[in-house]
Amino acid sequence: MKKGLLLSLVIAFAVCFAGSAQAFEAVAPEDLKVGWVYIGPVGDGGWTYMHDKGRVAMEEAFPGVTSSIVESVPEGPDSARVMETFVRNGAKVIFATSFGYMDFVQDVAKKYPDTIFLHCSGFKRAENVGTYFGRMYQARYLSGLVAGSMTKNNVIGFVAAHPIPEVIRGINAFTLGARKVNPDVKVKVVWLFSWFDPGKEKEAAKALIDAGADVIGMHADTGSAPQAAEEAGVYVVGYNNDMSKYAPTKHLTAPIWDWGAYYKYTIGKVIDGTWESDDIWWGLKEGFVDLAPFADDVPQDVRDLVAAERARIVDGQWDVFHGPVKNQKGEVVVPEGTAMTDADMLSMNWFVEGVEGEMPK
Amino acid sequence: MALRVEKRFDVPRWMDWGLPLISFALALAVGALLLGLLGVSPLKAYGEMIRGSLGDGYGISETIVKAIPIALCGLAVALAFTMVVWNIGAEGQLVAGALAATAAVRFFPLESPFLMIPLMVLVAAAAGGLWAAFAGWLKARWSVNEIITTLMMNYIAILGLEYFVYGPWRDPMSLGFPLTPTFHDAARLPQLFGTRVHYGLFLALLVAFLLRTALRWSRWGYEIRVIGQNPRAAAYAGMATSHHIVLTLFLSGAIAGLAGMGEVAGLQGRLQPGFSVGYGFTAIIVAWLARLNPFAILVVSFFMGALLVGGDTLQVVMRLPLSSVQVLQGLILFFVLAGEFFRNYKVCLRRREDA
Repeated sequence: MKKGLLLSLVIAFAVCFAGSAQAFEAVAPEDLKVGWVYIGPVGDGGWTYMHDKGRVAMEEAFPGVTSSIVESVPEGPDSARVMETFVRNGAKVIFATSFGYMDFVQDVAKKYPDTIFLHCSGFKRAENVGTYFGRMYQARYLSGLVAGSMTKNNVIGFVAAHPIPEVIRGINAFTLGARKVNPDVKVKVVWLFSWFDPGKEKEAAKALIDAGADVIGMHADTGSAPQAAEEAGVYVVGYNNDMSKYAPTKHLTAPIWDWGAYYKYTIGKVIDGTWESDDIWWGLKEGFVDLAPFADDVPQDVRDLVAAERARIVDGQWDVFHGPVKNQKGEVVVPEGTAMTDADMLSMNWFVEGVEGEMPK
Repeated sequence: MALRVEKRFDVPRWMDWGLPLISFALALAVGALLLGLLGVSPLKAYGEMIRGSLGDGYGISETIVKAIPIALCGLAVALAFTMVVWNIGAEGQLVAGALAATAAVRFFPLESPFLMIPLMVLVAAAAGGLWAAFAGWLKARWSVNEIITTLMMNYIAILGLEYFVYGPWRDPMSLGFPLTPTFHDAARLPQLFGTRVHYGLFLALLVAFLLRTALRWSRWGYEIRVIGQNPRAAAYAGMATSHHIVLTLFLSGAIAGLAGMGEVAGLQGRLQPGFSVGYGFTAIIVAWLARLNPFAILVVSFFMGALLVGGDTLQVVMRLPLSSVQVLQGLILFFVLAGEFFRNYKVCLRRREDA
């Protein structure tokens, strides 16, 4: 049994990497159709909205390329049909923008080896399947510095979508930032078990505010938590894009995405015929993630600190999960002088010291 | 002059098929107006919808894939509705079935598909059935309103699913992501002719046939129809109403449980959250449109599947936003349901007879 498992692993890796030599032929932009599978509606004001901005940026950069989208595709068997519908209508490249599409991307990609699939936030690749994601934790760390400086109660609430590594990593980075400026800060986490649920997002934010949080952080797709914060008169750190329109006076900043940077890069390679299956994990340095403009309330010394920390990350001297990092029990998980590997970060399933919340077991 | 609404005592034969057709045509006409306003040629849009869902083997196969869980859940709720017991919980029963099927794979991974699949069918049906029967027991014993209990139990089932996929059943190889390990081959429902149409199709056909036969010809079927139409007469005739409530909800839940098994074993090959997109709720509309007739449920489910599958094509090819696709789908359902009104009532113009 064990041996069988090992063998299948070896084969799986062999399959993953053996094909990396194949290149896809160059395509004229006029002949290139690209499809996007979205988890939410374009009007969510967050995750999908930003992907769509990236898509539009790609279209502007490559006149002639046509793209189309399908919104609110559930992370289930339906997604395979949507992708196949794209292929059958001539799409050459398909971007699947949520984690739960992973297996279905693999299924459809096997059936259509000449079509390029790019899966956001997953970990399964193939000759014609690449993955892409950003080091959002870097921007989250910077936003944590701001949140930690602005809290008076030392309680920060965090509205969190799903208990998966992507979100946990973000909460940890945010908490490390907040506690760097203010070691007494506690970050309380509420899980939504949903990416897109405006009602739940708002309720969760309200509950955290009632529990004493005077700054709200978030990892969800819409601007509902910022709205709740604005109504209650507490600060909020948005996510995905500048969410200040949802909280005009209380929006401190937000860790934001620039998907266009990646979409332009990839479509450029597809047009040139140089695309090969790859695993992109860009950060602040490549401009894939960043911070939204600060609120007027953010003092100059905090801005300076953020700029200094940002410089440290961008020039590669230091990264967020460099030791010492302690877990919730106070045990050192990443010793001083070491750093977490990308693989460890991508499978992170524990909280750092200062997070108040539980992982579903 | 006044408009009066009168109940129909006899429904003309032509209305059975004529009304849905007229309603459908009206819906398409209003939809065409809407599409026109969006700057899209209605003919082309409808053409694409049909091409995508019924235009070739692939479209038809995907329409059937979509129709399978809708049909099973539709049959499930129709059975309960026949007895005028409102099972709003097919969604939760479907999830319970999926959970049980996954548990069977996890704890009794048999090597032979001829043993594994029947086992999954059995436990999925039992789990869905018990999930519904509990609400039935509450109703029979304490007269607890089943609309509330079956509805609320949906959420319990969904949270239970999340507990297992985020917790004890999580695949250790999934890097912390909420997925169970993939099922072994013997636990995969075979798919037909290289499409994604899986053996759940035969389950749906079989259940429809059995239900039709049992409701029409068996004593049990007769009794639950009587209980539905006139509970007092049923009690007077000595029918064991409480017993029937529990048993019927059990069977209803069992059928929905099969739908859940079909989705995990036939399509996903593993359990992951979000696999059901409200089939248990869509089923309620389907059951009513089909007037609770099992064979009609199969037809209406296919139509529903086509509507949903065709919606994708509209987005991909016509580049319409999802919301306008949903408005179009909603219009069609609204008109067809509204047409039912005219089957039961007639509207007549009458001079007011003032006394």
